[in-house]
Amino acid sequence: MNFGNILNEIEQADPEVFERTSQRRDIFKSFGAKVAVAVLPFALGSLFKKAYGKNTDAITDVLNYALTLEYLEAEFYNKALASAGLIPSGAPNGAISTIAAHENAHVAFLKTAISGAGGTVVAKPTFDFTAGGAFPSVFSDYATFLAVAQTFEDTGVRAYKGQAGNLITSNEVLTAALQIHSVEARHASHIRQMRKANGFGDVKPWITGKDSGIGSAVQASYNGEEVTNQAGVEIVGINGQVISANAATEAFDEPLSKDAVLAIVKPFIVP
Amino acid sequence: MKLENESLIVPEQRPGVSRRRFFTVAGVGILAASAIASCKKDDSPVVTDQSIDLGSGDVGILNYAYALEQLEAAFYTKVAASFYSGASSAEMDRLKEIRDHEIAHREFFKNALGSKAIPALEVDFSSIDFTSRTSVLATAKAFEDLGVSAYNGAGKLIVSADYLLLAGKIVSVEARHAAYIRDIISNGSFADSSAVDANGLDMAKMPNDVLAVAGTYLKSKITAKNLPTS
Repeated sequence: MNFGNILNEIEQADPEVFERTSQRRDIFKSFGAKVAVAVLPFALGSLFKKAYGKNTDAITDVLNYALTLEYLEAEFYNKALASAGLIPSGAPNGAISTIAAHENAHVAFLKTAISGAGGTVVAKPTFDFTAGGAFPSVFSDYATFLAVAQTFEDTGVRAYKGQAGNLITSNEVLTAALQIHSVEARHASHIRQMRKANGFGDVKPWITGKDSGIGSAVQASYNGEEVTNQAGVEIVGINGQVISANAATEAFDEPLSKDAVLAIVKPFIVP
Repeated sequence: MKLENESLIVPEQRPGVSRRRFFTVAGVGILAASAIASCKKDDSPVVTDQSIDLGSGDVGILNYAYALEQLEAAFYTKVAASFYSGASSAEMDRLKEIRDHEIAHREFFKNALGSKAIPALEVDFSSIDFTSRTSVLATAKAFEDLGVSAYNGAGKLIVSADYLLLAGKIVSVEARHAAYIRDIISNGSFADSSAVDANGLDMAKMPNDVLAVAGTYLKSKITAKNLPTS
């Protein structure tokens, strides 16, 4: 990853971004910690606008990118829940309903935050969840549905992680993105447990190596997860501890760039 | 000035160096383990008879994470050394994996911090009944949810994009753990309303709130008085 490039890009969008940061921190300080949860998206947007004035492009771009992924997930689960006979009643339906509610909440939260910042909310694309015929039974076969769900969740975790550095100049936006990021990871963990319990894939709640437990169709979402070296520190057998290569890869989730994620979701978006 | 001294110094402490220059100097995402160890002296944790201070700046935040990972690793090491009765083989396998993940996190921070690392902490697990599944899993749930909220809250306190990414790589694994532990306590509770709010957001807690909870499981006293607050 080249952070120098990312930051240069932000600076091109907003040449004074780094000089503005300390001033912006004072605004947040005076604002304090008394923001009620329900008003947070508005507060987020307006504070963000105060800090950046009209030049909010770099961060609203990130938020609109996140919104596009949340649109995808929300509509995916909404359609699945509306597909009779797809999801067994009881615990499975309960879990997917919980996840759907979160994805719909993320859509609403991001839209409000973007408008509050004076940005333009990106329109919802038209989705094709068969990915051009790659997953023809996505809303009729439970195993296929859960395989696509796992891929979306694991990809979502990697997508948010890949944007953290782009949000480092905005405390409030960064925190909100992190709070969504870990919810996607909770979803991924549960979907993976559902697949395992149903015998659909030999997967754990965490990602081992770059194994998807699904097949080559989704491999791009897992490539890169196999690294065992973090910031120059080799994790396998670190300091004489019995840490296997599998454990070393599981212990750290890896980011994906925006380009990589957009290439992954492209088949699901009708041009 | 030597490059290794310049590369990890927090910009706020170097008024003459702009943030952009800091990142340019820090460069690509490779940080040698020795790099953190070469930070300025005033970042250093201070150990007194009474307490261990985490230090300031990014080093302080990394020590904060190191403290939490020490706690989690010690807990799962004890759990896996002698499992409570009633654990399935799959459950024991997953808990041993979680132990290994937490040890990997702990040792990573130890190496990354080098001479700036706080010492090994003494834990106090007297409130946990390690023979009871209920007691062990309730503690595991508390630790994992606490870890997620701690990393989520600390993200904004980190100045270096490299460290922020590392925290991001770890927090989602803690969230996977949290969801798993919650599900084996009660299936479907992986992200219920006790963890995720109406906006679909996970918890984010500041260091003092996290350490107030973590401290009840530590004999060692930790102070966070020099950590950044915004």
